[in-house]
Formats: sequence, structure tokens, C-alpha cells
Amino acid sequence: MPSSAKKLVNWTPTDIKADMLAKYPPKVARKRASQILVNEALGNETPEISANVRTIPGIITMRGCTYAGCKGVILGPTRDIVNITHGPIGCGFYSWLTRRNQTDASAEGAENFMPYCFSTDMQDQDIIFGGEKKLQAAIQEAYDLFHPKAIAIFATCPVGLIGDDIHAVARKMKAKFGDCNVFAFSCEGYKGVSQSAGHHIANNKIFSEVVGENDAEKPGEFKINLLGEYNIGGDGFEIDRILKKCGITNISTFSGNSTYDQFASAHKADLSAVMCHRSINYVADMLETKFGIPWIKVNFIGAKSTAKSLRKIAEYFGDPGLTARVEEVIAEEMPVVEEVIAEIRPRTEGKTAMLFVGGSRAHHYQDLFAEMGMKTLAAGYEFAHRDDYEGRHVIPNLKVDADSRNIEEIEVKADEQRYAPRKTSEEMAKLEAAGLKFKEYDGLIPDMDHQTLVIDDLNQYEAEKLVEIIKPDVFCAGIKEKFSIQKLGIPMKQLHSYDSGGPYAGFQGAVNFYHEIDRLVNSKVWSYMKAPWQENPELSATYVWE
Amino acid sequence: MLLRHTPKEIKERSALAINPAKTCQPIGAMYAALGIHGCLPHSHGSQGCCAYHRSALTRHYKEPVSAATSSFTEGASVFGGGANLVSAIENIFTVYEPDVIAVHTTCLSETIGDDLPQMTDKAKKSGKVPEGKHVIYANTPSYVGSHVTGFSNMVKGMAKGFAVNTGKKNGRVNIIPGWVEPSDMEEVRRMATLMGLDIILFPDTSGVLNGALNGEYKMFPDGGTPVADLVASGDAIGTLALGEWCSADAARWLDTQCKVPCTVLDMPFGLKATDRFIDTLRKVAGVNVPDTIAFERGQLVDLISDMHQYFHGKKVALVGDPDQVIALTEFLASIDMKPVHIVTGTPGNKFEKRIDEITSEAGYKANVKAGGDMFLLHQWIKNEPVDLIIGNTYCKYIARDEDIPFLRFGFPIFDRVGHQYFPTVGYKGGLHMLTRILDLILTRTDRDETEEKFELVY
Repeated sequence: MPSSAKKLVNWTPTDIKADMLAKYPPKVARKRASQILVNEALGNETPEISANVRTIPGIITMRGCTYAGCKGVILGPTRDIVNITHGPIGCGFYSWLTRRNQTDASAEGAENFMPYCFSTDMQDQDIIFGGEKKLQAAIQEAYDLFHPKAIAIFATCPVGLIGDDIHAVARKMKAKFGDCNVFAFSCEGYKGVSQSAGHHIANNKIFSEVVGENDAEKPGEFKINLLGEYNIGGDGFEIDRILKKCGITNISTFSGNSTYDQFASAHKADLSAVMCHRSINYVADMLETKFGIPWIKVNFIGAKSTAKSLRKIAEYFGDPGLTARVEEVIAEEMPVVEEVIAEIRPRTEGKTAMLFVGGSRAHHYQDLFAEMGMKTLAAGYEFAHRDDYEGRHVIPNLKVDADSRNIEEIEVKADEQRYAPRKTSEEMAKLEAAGLKFKEYDGLIPDMDHQTLVIDDLNQYEAEKLVEIIKPDVFCAGIKEKFSIQKLGIPMKQLHSYDSGGPYAGFQGAVNFYHEIDRLVNSKVWSYMKAPWQENPELSATYVWE
Repeated sequence: MLLRHTPKEIKERSALAINPAKTCQPIGAMYAALGIHGCLPHSHGSQGCCAYHRSALTRHYKEPVSAATSSFTEGASVFGGGANLVSAIENIFTVYEPDVIAVHTTCLSETIGDDLPQMTDKAKKSGKVPEGKHVIYANTPSYVGSHVTGFSNMVKGMAKGFAVNTGKKNGRVNIIPGWVEPSDMEEVRRMATLMGLDIILFPDTSGVLNGALNGEYKMFPDGGTPVADLVASGDAIGTLALGEWCSADAARWLDTQCKVPCTVLDMPFGLKATDRFIDTLRKVAGVNVPDTIAFERGQLVDLISDMHQYFHGKKVALVGDPDQVIALTEFLASIDMKPVHIVTGTPGNKFEKRIDEITSEAGYKANVKAGGDMFLLHQWIKNEPVDLIIGNTYCKYIARDEDIPFLRFGFPIFDRVGHQYFPTVGYKGGLHMLTRILDLILTRTDRDETEEKFELVY
């Protein structure tokens, strides 16, 4: 396999961009040109990228839909809510156990509905005459069978079109049951331009229907919410292990390994720590506005990032005992990490990666690659908005187009009884002066090297081009992209589902990831692409038995 | 317990499906379309459907699954998806250069009433379809039937889109293999070729979804039914449709529209169904069955007789697609196993009737349900335990909770491989299947037997 460095000599990123665009019809090329950026982030100038715009019909996109973002991503990891998909069977079926959200329901009597798929399985007569009656009956049947504490309803495409009032049905059934919260999500697949719209719809509804429902005091010190962590492959377990070891109490994760009660108690935390900025930054804002909980951006992907994030949390609480404990934990955990890096680094140093996934993972995972001495040559998001690329300072300037306008924004005000600033403004100012940044995220672009490629909503054709031209040592994306990349002889690592690996968060997760990437980029299989007779086809003399 | 909330007591449900044994039409249409050489399936609706279908097929086959989408947003949902489809067709032919685009609808485009014939016609008239290239289509509303229906509709779409009756028979025989694995399609072709038939097999996903790794990526692999074959299917001397649910519609369409007579057979799973398949081929081709095939049959009979004591009387729970489950039920009953709980998610009373016929012939009555789900199957199992579960990947939750050996069969299989490489149709497939069943049963015996009874020889 030719090394990437050798290949790159012949290509500049500008050439690559031009090559990727060459085959498109002019209109498509113009649109894609604004979503492909040769990174020139220098000093304070962040170049602008077009993001969160419609997918081009006919172009094989990596994106999913609003329903997938709502039911699959956000509500999927919550174990004790009965999630009923209102629609034909497919949507429920495809979001059934396909995201590897792990959960620990081992407590005595714990409820766990995650292995179940509930659907109204709409038939043509429901489409013609309306599906509200069937939905109502389905909710009743779910209640009678399971007596859950909450039932959530998810609208699929046809439900929005035929005008079923799922919210009215939910309200009615909630009132009827009394002991079961019932709420609905208008997350029809055609809304918005990607799954990101579904994250908004899910988070907004959870915020308005569930958060704050339980005012009971939560035990523990240094209470935080961990926002934007979905416990794929057990990431959340590893983060919880570390937090616990430090003495930090995570009272609710949104939404990995979560329960209804965790959401209901989220307002009892004193700090929100945001992992995936894209999927949930607005919830952090709302928790602050309504209840007075400040938020900081954290990243538990990468050992150094984990240490840094723990220190940020300790800094916020300003407790010498906690600070000391955090330092102890870092000192305890890091030697193993460093030992493994030292072992694998000779085999990974100088290798290259590309990451096209999610709305934060393509950023966070670059830290892990950097720890292995690997360089990220190209990266981008599947469903991010401009602020995830360029930083939050662009939020006031974001254009609200028709597709974004379809997504409900909820107005949040300070809660009359429960709003309580966790720190005085003087304390906050002091922390900020000391360098702790609140409500801040600088985005992906400033962290990427000059002359790397940043590409929004990468598609199959461009992925293939990138890989053929640059020949990275590893490519990271999702299951749909996996095998077309591998056919080209390049290992592909899934960063949505981790190819059944993980956890990759925290210290132990970092170690897992180093081993995994070492395995991938150094596997012998990539040297078997050609048979011996294909390697030396010019040899044509007759083989003679003697 | 993973399915800890499933009660033993069975209550009638009228509205809530739990753990479905089916999925929606478009994924079947997408799978079928991948069996045409040089074809890009296209999902006309919002992009999530396409993403889900590609993901599910990719997870099942561990192969690239390319498909495009009309990427509806709210505007298209209100004003119709015509503009999206026409621009999609233009973009697809420009960027990916397929020979064929096979369009299927989703519940979204069906609900708003998008008119595919009119839209594809518009694309053709406005020059978006290059010379020599094709756009075919199938209506696949997700709220009718199941993924099996979608498969059937797209197979019929192939006949409608391509078959030409020139009035001159070409001496070839159409075989429509139904929703089976690439390995099975390959095996159907092998058997027909051994019989001396010149066949047109459609769809044919072998070579497409069980490909090789060699450092090259071909969006359109070498496999798949060539367009020329699909065109020629209208001049065939006859059609053999394997499976009433998957294949009969296309065969009957060819019969009425192109005067190609058809015979509908069960899928050739197991001894009897394969016997009928081979015997029909013999009559169609007017040949004697070659010794090779008779020998393969004999091997299967040999295995059944050698190991009969381990199969005999074993109770089985079976879930899957109707054509597959019918043939499999017959096979299991024919070797004296007892499929006692049988579910398909696909609706249709004919299914229950056929299963009743097969089991009553074997002298018992099974629990059977068409349009059922795996929640019900699990409840049946709780009430009457079985020795083996056969079904798709999702059965593993039931199998683990109830501690029952489990054979993966059908669609989807996410967590194992082999289905794309080794056939289950034909005598060879029967051998393969029985070997796996036996392996499960004996592995269980080896695990559970007391030490004094633990034996080397069975």
C-alpha cells in the first residue's frame, strides 16, 4: 500500500476539492463547493462553511432522518420509557436495538423496555381513516401490559401528513392514567434536513414534559448533568466510573444509560457538562435559563481530554478536596494509558485518519488519534450546524431557513420557585477570569490543521474519491460507509456503533481505542488484496514439472 | 432477563405490535433491485428510509449497499416529490452512471399520492434519462403487506419495466427465486444448469451481496441479472416462480402480458420441496435428472436416516417470511421434527391454511399466526417450551432468556455470517441446514448431560 505522504505530494487539498466537484452537474457542484472547505483557519479568522442545509436529491448521503434522531438517538438509550412508534412497521423495526446503547438495568425490579420494539403498525385503513384510535388503543394496551412510568409516542412521516393529533391523544391518556406520563414527539422523517432536527424535537419535549418533575433531593456531592452522552459501547459506564472515583455525582446523563427519573431530576444538578455539542447544547442553555445551572463543554474522548475535563469540573466546584481527588485519579489512571501509548505508538506514529461522523465525534476522536501520533487529514459532520464547525460565536448570525423554522423552539423563562443561580455573578466572573469558559465551544475548524479538508454532509462518491486520492490509513464513519471503503483496501472504523467495540471514552476507553486502531491499521489482511499471480502478471513462462 | 416484561399470560392485542416479525415494503424492493446488474435502487421519500434500509441490508450482508433517495423535506411533502425525483434522476445518471435506476415509493410519497409513472415519464421526456439507460419503478406503500410484499412488487416491476414479447420464443426458462440469500440464488442457478436448462434468473444478488475483497470498489459489482436477460424474459418458454408471496405476481404478469406460462412452486427448502423443484425442471427441460443431483439427494436422505434419532419429536418455534417458513415447516415435519409455534409477520390467511395442512398431515396442530409478532411467539414458548428456535437475529433475546438453542435463518441476520455464502435451498442447502440443526442439538446435549452420561460417540 502506498504511504499517504507519498500520495499527497501530487495533490493539494484544492486539487482534491476540484476533483471531487468535477463530475457534478453545475448546480450540485456549486452547492457542494460551499460545504467543502480547505482549512485555512489562522489566527482569529475562522472560514465559513455551509452546513445544516438540505441534502441533494439523488446524492447518496450518510444522513438519516428526524425520526431517527428523535426516537433512535435521544430516546433510544432510556430504559424505562415505553417508546411507541406511531406509523407503519418499518421505522420502529429499524430503530430496534440498532444503536448499541448499553444500559444497566440490573437493579432489583428495574424496568428495561429497550429490547422491545413497540409500534402501531399502521395499515392502509389507518392512513385513510386516521390512526388516532389505533394509537389510543395501543397506548392503553401498553399501559395494561406493562404499567410503565412513562409512554412516549413518535410520529412517522404519514402521521404528519394525515394529521393525527398525537399530542391530544397523549394528553388524554396521561389524564386518564394519572400514574403514567404520556407525551408525544412530532418527529416526522421529512422535517428538517437531517437527524439533528429530531434531536431538537426530542430534547425540547423531554425538557418541557419531564425535566423538573421530581423535586426530591438527590444524594451526593458535586452534582452534575452529563449532556450529550449516549453510552454507545459503554462509554457512559466508563465516564461514570471515573466521575464516581473522583467523588463527582452524575445525577443524569442525557441520555445514555438513563431513566425517566434522571431526566425528571436534572434540575437538581449544579453544573451541566456537555459532551456532544450538536445534539444538546440548547438543553444546557435551557437548564441554565430556567434553573440557574451553568454549563461547560467537556470531552471525555481521549485520555488527555478526559483529564482536562475532570479538572474543569473540579475548578468549577472549587473544592480543594475534590481538586486533590481529581489529581489523584488522573495520576492513578494515566500510567496505564501512557504505557499502552508507548507500546503502540511506534506502529501508529505518522499514520493518517479521516473522520466523517455525527455532530461531535468527528471532532472528539481527533484527540485520540493525536495521542497515537496520527494526523487527521479530512473530517466533517453528518448533521452538524455551522456553530459545530466554526464555534458558538456564529450562532447569532445563523440564517433561520424554512427547514429550521419547522422545528419547534421552546421559550424558557426562569422558574419562579426553582430558579437558583449556582454561583454568584462574582464567583462566575472569577472563574472566567481564571480561564474556565462557560457556554463556550470553539468548533471543529480551529482544531484542524491548516490545509486539511473539512467537509459537511460527505457522500459516498466524495468518500470514495477522498480515499482513492489520499489513501488514509484509517477511515471513520458509519455502517453504510463501512464496506465500500474497505473494498478499497482501507480499514474502516465505525464511530457510531464502534463495530461492537468500546468503550472508547475515558481512560480505559482510550486504551481500548489505541489497541483497536493499532489492530486495524496494522492488520495483515490489508496486504492480501492481490493474489500472487495478480501482483506479477508479466510472468508468463510455462511452469514445467520436472 | 432481557425480555423481562413479557408475561406468560396471553392477552389479545388489537393495536400494539410488539417485536415485529416483519418490516416494511421498501427494504424488500431495495434488496430485489440490487439483483439487477448495474442498478441503483432509489427510494422516493424522505432520506431516513433509505438510510435505514441501507443500514439494515449492510448489517445483514457485510457488503456495500448503494441506494439513492429523493431526500424529501417538508416542502416536497406538501407540494409533491416530482421535482425531487426528476433532479435525483439527473444527478444519479451524471454522478454514478448506473444502467438502471429502480425507484420505489415509501409511505410518505404514497400518502401524498406521488404518481411514479407520470414522474418517470417526465424525466424521460425532459432528457434526464440518457440513451440506453432505464428507470423502472414499483409502488411499495409501507402500510400494506411487509418487506416481502415490497420484494414481490419490485420483482414484478422488473418484468413490467423490461420484459418484451417479440412473439418468438427464445427457449429459455425464467426462474424467479424469491427472497432468498445470494448463496441460494447461486445454488438455484447451479441446479438448473446441472439439469441442462438455459435460465433467466431474476433477481440475482449473487456476486453483488456476497462479493470479494480485492482493493477495488465497484458500485455496480459484476453480479446481478443483466438487463438483456430481463428483456428476454418476455420471450421465455415458461416461468418457474419459487414462493407464492415473493415471486408469483411477477410470474403471473409475464403469463398474462407476455404469454409466458408459469408454475408457482414452494421455495425449495428441504427434501420434498426440492424434489418438486427438480421434477418440474425435468419436465420443463424434457431431460433426465443427472446422477449428480440424484446423488446429492441421496446424501440428504442418508443424513436424515443416520441422525433421525436426534431430530425425531424435537419441538421447534419458527418465525420468518411466509414462503420460507412454509417450506421449512414442511421440511422439519418431513424429518419428524415438530414445529409447534409458527409465526410470520406478513399478513395473509393463506399462510395459516398452508401450515395447518402440513402439520395436520404430520398428525398434530401447531400454533400458527400470520401477521403475528415475536412477543406472541415468545409467550407461546413460555407456555409450551421448545427444543429449538429458528428465526432471524432478534430471536436471540428469546433464546437467551429461555435458554433454548437457536438457529439463525431468514432476514435480518446481523450477528452472524454464512448466510450469504452457504445455501439453504436444494439438497445441498438441506444438508447444510440439517448439519447446523444437529450441531445445535448435540452441543446442547454435550453441555447439559451429566458427567456419567457424557459420551464421545453419538
